[in-house]
Amino acid sequence: MSSPGPDVVQPALSVRGLRKEFGAHVAVDDLSFDLLPGRSLAIVGESGSGKTTVARMIVGLERPTAGTITACGRDRSKPARKGQERKLRGREVQIVFQDPYSSLDPRQSGADLVDEVLRLHHSYDVATRRRTVAELADLVGLDERQMHARPRSLSGGQRQRVAIARALAAEPRVLILDESVAALDVSIQAQVLNVLADIRDERGISYVLISHDLAVVRQLTEDALVMQHGKVVERGATGQLLDSPRHPYTQMLRASVPGPGWKPVRSLREATRY
Amino acid sequence: MTHPALLRVTDLTVRLRLGEQMREVISGSTLEIGAGEAMGLVGESGSGKSMTARAIARLLPAGAEVSGQVDFDGTDVLALSGAELRAHRSKVAVVFQDPRAHINPVRRIEDFMTESLRTIDDVPKAEAARRAAYGLEEVGIDDPAKRLRQYPHELSGGMLQRVMIAGALLSEPRLLLADECTTALDVTTQSEVMAILDDLRRERGLSMLFITHDLELAGAVCDRTCVMYAGQVVETRAADQLHFDPLHPYSAALVQARPDITSSAHRLVAIPGRPVSAFEAPGGCRFAPRCPHVTDACREDEQSLSELDGGRVRCGRSGDLRGSLLPPVSHA
Amino acid sequence: MSIPVGSTLPTGAAPDEPGPGALAAPGDTRSARTRHLPRLGVGGWVSVGIIVFAVLLAIFGPLVRPYDPNQVSLSYANVGPVGGHLLGFDGAGRDLLSRLMVGARSTLLGAALVSSVAVAIGSSLAVLTAWFGGRFDTAVSSGLDVMFAFPGILLAVLAAAVFGPGLLAAGLALSMAYSPYLARVLRGAALKERAMAYIQAGEVQGFSSWWLCFRHLLPNISSLIVAQGTIFFGFAVVDLAALSFLGLGIQPPQADWGVMVSEGKTPLLQGYPLEAISAVVCIVLVVSAVSFLGEKLQERPMDVQR
Repeated sequence: MSSPGPDVVQPALSVRGLRKEFGAHVAVDDLSFDLLPGRSLAIVGESGSGKTTVARMIVGLERPTAGTITACGRDRSKPARKGQERKLRGREVQIVFQDPYSSLDPRQSGADLVDEVLRLHHSYDVATRRRTVAELADLVGLDERQMHARPRSLSGGQRQRVAIARALAAEPRVLILDESVAALDVSIQAQVLNVLADIRDERGISYVLISHDLAVVRQLTEDALVMQHGKVVERGATGQLLDSPRHPYTQMLRASVPGPGWKPVRSLREATRY
Repeated sequence: MTHPALLRVTDLTVRLRLGEQMREVISGSTLEIGAGEAMGLVGESGSGKSMTARAIARLLPAGAEVSGQVDFDGTDVLALSGAELRAHRSKVAVVFQDPRAHINPVRRIEDFMTESLRTIDDVPKAEAARRAAYGLEEVGIDDPAKRLRQYPHELSGGMLQRVMIAGALLSEPRLLLADECTTALDVTTQSEVMAILDDLRRERGLSMLFITHDLELAGAVCDRTCVMYAGQVVETRAADQLHFDPLHPYSAALVQARPDITSSAHRLVAIPGRPVSAFEAPGGCRFAPRCPHVTDACREDEQSLSELDGGRVRCGRSGDLRGSLLPPVSHA
Repeated sequence: MSIPVGSTLPTGAAPDEPGPGALAAPGDTRSARTRHLPRLGVGGWVSVGIIVFAVLLAIFGPLVRPYDPNQVSLSYANVGPVGGHLLGFDGAGRDLLSRLMVGARSTLLGAALVSSVAVAIGSSLAVLTAWFGGRFDTAVSSGLDVMFAFPGILLAVLAAAVFGPGLLAAGLALSMAYSPYLARVLRGAALKERAMAYIQAGEVQGFSSWWLCFRHLLPNISSLIVAQGTIFFGFAVVDLAALSFLGLGIQPPQADWGVMVSEGKTPLLQGYPLEAISAVVCIVLVVSAVSFLGEKLQERPMDVQR
């Protein structure tokens, strides 16, 4: 292993030969990618493609059967044994889940949640913590009252902002967005997507967007890879991949998205020669 | 209008018991669907779109207070009871979002599909099974005889939703209420199910109320689109026009808020605030607090639906704003 | 699907409905504080009244009793209510009312002890098995299955045989016997909570298992724990009384409702039912009140706060 030279940027996240088996079923098969700091990668696929399993392996909620995951130059392929190691990993990669209703502790306000994370990771004094909570609230677009409300009185979009603020409190280098805007209303989804774009501009964080929604993928990412049955079938720059998909499966996905002039097709496989 | 109206909903207001209070979820909804016409019903959470469909099928929760009129082919739906109501329900079929929640998991597909044929229409068992098999074939399911013997858990979500559609069409309804029926499906499966629905509807001259949050999907498969906000219809318009020439600021905002698959914007045009339910809505125009074109008059005056360019819109400023709601677009 | 006759409203289908979130929407006139309280109804408030009265009796009963509960005066044996002695006397001529008032303490204290120990053991087992899962869960669950085979009373009899009769041995034995039931009920809730995204988000943050279990998971199943605890409180009152009746729990001459039922059986057969009946009425009232309240608490939807 040679250390990266001065002109080579170390990837924020690097995945090599990742594989996950559930019994006889292979959920993820030989996945590799590098994510540079400040870049965004989309992992696109339908249900059963293995995309969510990838996200769960990266954050350590599932253990890979084979392959390595490296974040900020440190290996995280095996479960963390020590508390210190768990915390270090928490400061490298964070995740925002799909369901805004189950991703917050119902007994804690947004401010409490964020404060709890700050106390775990940083040895800030009370005043610094309070200021950081306010900064994060500002970053995700929540006001004072909303930050101090219990999750039950917040809407789905507001809850998802709290979840983003909590994830950012650890100051991670990589944020995994596991269908994080899929459950939101259209008007709210746009707000949250804008917030995510602002955060990237401001903090230079990298995103891994797990999504089935190609329009959202186009909006937020520069690179994309398409997964089907656990395997990557196509990868490339997001714009190019969506404008001129080469793999038949990507073509089929692209053809299923409604838009002006779109008509549903009874047999997509025939229409896209897949 | 080219279609004679099959369904006419006039000034429908629905209140539901939520907790200890009666809460308004639909406030004076008005729409009509012609024979053979497909109407898209689009809106966000709390807009009342699903409740509108349930009121039409008379499937509202117990204790709901309903006023206004629902006229289906000359019958007053809200006044029906007993045998007449059953007859109405066999003419109006419903397909829901989650097929697994609406099918008995321990009974075979055949039992599910033929149940109402045999119990309501007294069709003999063999004949009912034959019709069910034919129905499955129509929705593009291979080997229907085998599928009929299977249990729901043996079928994928997309397959099961096709079974639901086939089942819904067995009683030869005249109106199909499709409530987010493809939302839970993968995009490729959604496309196939939509195509099947579209074909069958045209073949049979069936009317459809297609409820969805996806404006573009509604635009692709419907003749007209009706946009609801906070329990009210705010715009009804030819589906292809709504996308390029919306009349209501909310419709325009919905069109713009959705990211575009053909290009990425630096920022999306988001609508500030959150969608509200009818009972939370302010007086005056209900969209006023979120509207970029709001005036003092909007906040004070209750808006009414008025005709404009073949559509209907609930906005006092729609005449002035026409054409300026969307930025100039370069769609080919 | 054409709608089957008499079909009920399908739930969960439409994202459009004002769901639980809408119930809590701004404009809800009930304050945040009252919303956390379940609606009790008349029965609930009567139960609360009975329990408060019983607790006051347990605290102050021995202080305000009109007579010495152990003062034997055989000449008054089984004499009915007379001036100053509202309930009359028991078989040994002791004042019944005083004995009831003094007996409340040991009866309620014993049951409270039993149910809280059982809840502590049961909920710890539930949370730990749900959290660690795998072989640990399998091992503990099979252990609990073995425990199910022993009725609580049998275990308590065994404990009394080994450690001698008395409240402590009987109480601990009952707690041990109850805890598998609590563990099984609570494990389901804990498993459900364990799978919630907020717990997983905490794991990704790097919080320790103990922190997540006791600061997040446990508090969120607390309403079920409290509800179960009240139900087992009721069982404990009855079972402790039964043990006293068998002579294995609290020992005479100490006043205790269970002991009173036991001692009252001879006068009952002789046609002096007042001692047994008055103690039984007290037990039934308290147990019913606590069980009723427990059920009310459990009716409260678990995710009402969500």
